[in-house]
Amino acid sequence: MNLTLKIWRQKEAKASGSMETYKVSEISEHMSFLEMMDVLNEQLINEGKEPIAFDHDCREGICGSCSMYINGEPHGPDRGVTTCQLHMRKFKDGDTIHIEPWRAASFPVIKDLVVDRSAFDRIIQSGGYVSVNTSGNSQDANAIPIPKEDADNAFDAATCIGCGACVAACKNSSAMLFVSAKVSQLALLPQGQVERKERVLSMVDQMDTEGFGNCSNTGACEIECPKGISLDNIARMNRELLSAKI
Amino acid sequence: MAINKGFLNFSILRKFAMALSGLFLVIFLLQHLTINLTSVFSSDAFNSLSHFMGTNPLVQFLLQPILAFGVFFHLSMGLVLEIKNRNARPIKYAYSKPEENSSWMSRNMIITGVMIMLFLGLHFYDFWFPELKLKFIDGIWNNETRYFIELQHKFHDPIRVALYVLSFVFLSLHLMHGFQSAFQSIGFRNKSYTPFIKKLSSIYAIVVPFGFVCIAIYHFLAQ
Repeated sequence: MNLTLKIWRQKEAKASGSMETYKVSEISEHMSFLEMMDVLNEQLINEGKEPIAFDHDCREGICGSCSMYINGEPHGPDRGVTTCQLHMRKFKDGDTIHIEPWRAASFPVIKDLVVDRSAFDRIIQSGGYVSVNTSGNSQDANAIPIPKEDADNAFDAATCIGCGACVAACKNSSAMLFVSAKVSQLALLPQGQVERKERVLSMVDQMDTEGFGNCSNTGACEIECPKGISLDNIARMNRELLSAKI
Repeated sequence: MAINKGFLNFSILRKFAMALSGLFLVIFLLQHLTINLTSVFSSDAFNSLSHFMGTNPLVQFLLQPILAFGVFFHLSMGLVLEIKNRNARPIKYAYSKPEENSSWMSRNMIITGVMIMLFLGLHFYDFWFPELKLKFIDGIWNNETRYFIELQHKFHDPIRVALYVLSFVFLSLHLMHGFQSAFQSIGFRNKSYTPFIKKLSSIYAIVVPFGFVCIAIYHFLAQ
């Protein structure tokens, strides 16, 4: 198929960017979206032009690196997939595809489609962990009985890959879905109880410090999340924070 | 330390306070509609209920200040949150399809909220400010029959009735998202109750504003 691509180009963090138009031809419907971007970059390199910078790593929907806002939606028009899992069969011959980076004050653009998502790292560093004595005497986690429902909910929350699609989708650039998944996965398990209160207070405090917006409960994050993280986690985090504060 | 931060310094707790004030206003609206409905069936009942609400010390000096604070808090906090939310995305997307993942009502609470705020200005001008003047400046507290006449007089003007109807459309859109969203903000969400709350929210958002609209149109046509 032949496509017209309108892509955000920005030389560096401080440069002002703009949407540039490119044409690609003979794109197979079996290609992934990132493979199509590879084709475009080869074309640009052959023409002696600067290739488009974009994040990618595992290309199998696990790492959370790929982060493109495609045709007005994070990770594109498909549901439950990351950009690397999006296939060109979702588009038609002759389509114009708009590709932009995540937009949020807390995710500044580094170059082209690459944004700095280290705000998520700092939120995790503030409390998204369990302090465990690793001297060799630690109890095997599998030896602690956990109700099936709690284990399932904790696992579902833990499937968050931290890609930032929730922030990109939210009209307020809110990081509530990400933070709530990380709070939930530990709050639901016995290992997370010791630091439960400090964790939610610190992580929400860091989320606010990073400048993410408030949650308006639009539900856009849940719909666009490639891992289907539920809004249940946000409600749980709201309860956790209230309980920790009072 | 985060634990020492003030209650409203946490974004989540600001939303929590916003939700509580919203639910309080939801309850107030129901009470307001109930009293207004009596005006359709009996002018005497409406007058006596209005006189009770307008002269009872508990209502006047405890509930009314709480209500005024609730309205002020909900509006001002809504504006504060909107400013913070806009700052969180200084550069907008060139191409976006928000309708693919969220409702218009949920994305435009500030628009419907500001329209309701403007309506409240008109409503206070029509009823509350004259009421305050009459009671606290003119010192007239005992006129038990004036309420129904005042109501009819206000709904004599078709433009005013149209403005009221339009405002209640915005109120309906605001409630359609706001009612159920408040429960999510306070953390009340589970598989058993949330579907019921969403249905109740939709019913309330249609029935209550529609009730106010019907009352305004009834009094306009009855003259």
